[in-house]
Amino acid sequence: MNSQQSVRDRLIKKQKFNPELKGKGLVILSALLIIIATGAITIFLGQKGLQSFFINGLNPIEFLTSSDWHPLRAEAKGGPSYGALAFIFGSFAVTLLSALIAAPLGIGAAIFMTEIAPSWGKKVFLPIIELLVGIPSVVYGFIGLSVLVPFLRDTVGGLGFGLLAGMIVLSIMILPTVASIATDTLQSLPQSLRDASSAIGATRWQTISRVLIPAALPGLLTAVVLGMARAFGEALAVQMVIGNARSIPTSLTEPAATLTTIITLNMGHTTFGSIENNVLWSLALILLIMSFIFIVIIRYLSARRKY
Amino acid sequence: MNSRIADRIATGVFSAFAAIITLVLAGLLGYILFHGLAQINLDFLTSPSSSYKAGGGIGPQLFNSFYILLITMIFTVPLGLGGGIYMAEYAKPGKITNIIRTSIEVLASLPSIVLGLFGLLVFVNLTGWGYSILSGALTLTIFNLPVMVRVCEDAIRSVPREQKEAGLALGLTHWHTIKTILVPSAFPTILTGAILASGRVFGEAAALLFTAGLTTPRLDFANWNPFSPDSPLNIFRPAETLAVHIWAVNSEGLIPDAREVADGASAVLIISVLLFNLFARWLGGVIHKRLTATK
Repeated sequence: MNSQQSVRDRLIKKQKFNPELKGKGLVILSALLIIIATGAITIFLGQKGLQSFFINGLNPIEFLTSSDWHPLRAEAKGGPSYGALAFIFGSFAVTLLSALIAAPLGIGAAIFMTEIAPSWGKKVFLPIIELLVGIPSVVYGFIGLSVLVPFLRDTVGGLGFGLLAGMIVLSIMILPTVASIATDTLQSLPQSLRDASSAIGATRWQTISRVLIPAALPGLLTAVVLGMARAFGEALAVQMVIGNARSIPTSLTEPAATLTTIITLNMGHTTFGSIENNVLWSLALILLIMSFIFIVIIRYLSARRKY
Repeated sequence: MNSRIADRIATGVFSAFAAIITLVLAGLLGYILFHGLAQINLDFLTSPSSSYKAGGGIGPQLFNSFYILLITMIFTVPLGLGGGIYMAEYAKPGKITNIIRTSIEVLASLPSIVLGLFGLLVFVNLTGWGYSILSGALTLTIFNLPVMVRVCEDAIRSVPREQKEAGLALGLTHWHTIKTILVPSAFPTILTGAILASGRVFGEAAALLFTAGLTTPRLDFANWNPFSPDSPLNIFRPAETLAVHIWAVNSEGLIPDAREVADGASAVLIISVLLFNLFARWLGGVIHKRLTATK
């Protein structure tokens, strides 16, 4: 009996604490952390962003529709005013304009990669696109500042800073996003579409314009909207070239500002808890809400993809 | 204009687009390397930065970038691996899995400045740490988590089913199979993904602007005690990274050779990111050849 007992003790490993449960628990914890992080971001930013309306008593309608931004104006001159319209306008303007450039270029590059040079196009261009993605955004801003702004100043006039500079820098930044998703979409179109089109005698361009692009439209729109979402949230690169004015620009070469640039500039100068600081958090809340809206649009477009 | 001419024009236009993009990239890289490589020498890479005089270097900023990257990865890899294992092995189709996938999507699409502001609220103010390496690393962990979870999930899903079934058939428990069969098989893909993610983290500035701060205290590189205030290893000290330095130098504009410092720093940043990418690809290729015995 004794030898049986010791044999059993020797041969069977003791389970200290069920490792199956331990492993599963650890893994579930990591997954829960993701949900907690997302929820925490929404709750914290939401609560802090609403403070300027609830604690400091700002009028949200005036905040969103007035372009009179003078948070440090003395009482004698009329007191401070917090109208964020100029920044909302700047953000949307620079996003839409950069999408205007990046969409044709990106979709065109995708068409080149998948239709016009399918044998070598992807091998050459996917690394190029990856390299463009890998360049950090501050470097784009710095090159914009040192090359693009003087160039625009000399050729187009004005200060060089402004929506035009921001638009060009942003379009190069979102180009890889648009191109890579457009490439994926075009590649996932069934070959039978192309074959059927050429069987009835269409040229390549006719196939592309009348068959492939309409079939890929939801995916292409997803690509463009994703690029726009990235452009909307870009902060440092835009801040270096856009000029940081306080008013709505009247032309492409006038300095402007976006939600992200005004937050970047002023967050360091204001004290935590003051009203100037609280309005910056409200601007950040607008940014968060716009990001959520973009995500909803992208999900809606993705759901409509047939291919 | 008949359809054949239209076809030729279209081909030309698309080829022109492709050429424009190539030229833009070549121009960007060429400009940075041309202007920046002239600035890089050992003195530039190791001497401390100056706030208002010419001749500053990027030594502490370079160290800070690597150190924050290291600490971020220490947090991200286990969390990403855990999340990836859950999504690949344990998640059942249902509401909770959908919520997790939505959360990953949301986190991945948030602008990095929003994450930086969240980091400011929670990791800097709420916890009372102030601008510190730890705050920056935790913020960057949130920034990096979606990518890491996706990479790990794809890597584990791509392990052939036969391996997992063989493990289960031999009587291993589920977790043991994951630990000893699936994760080691997926390791090369996970490693490649982690190095590529490191390249992204290295160049990130907006998330660190308000969490790791814009200043670096005087560092004594001979002091390796992580608890002393002037040791470079102390994670509770503010730390300006290379990317943040480029922005600060150009925005504050106090030093007279801002252009040169930014040129050199940009070149170092781009070369580092390129090296990360190349290293990831090379390492992935080497491990793949070893594991699959391809010649």
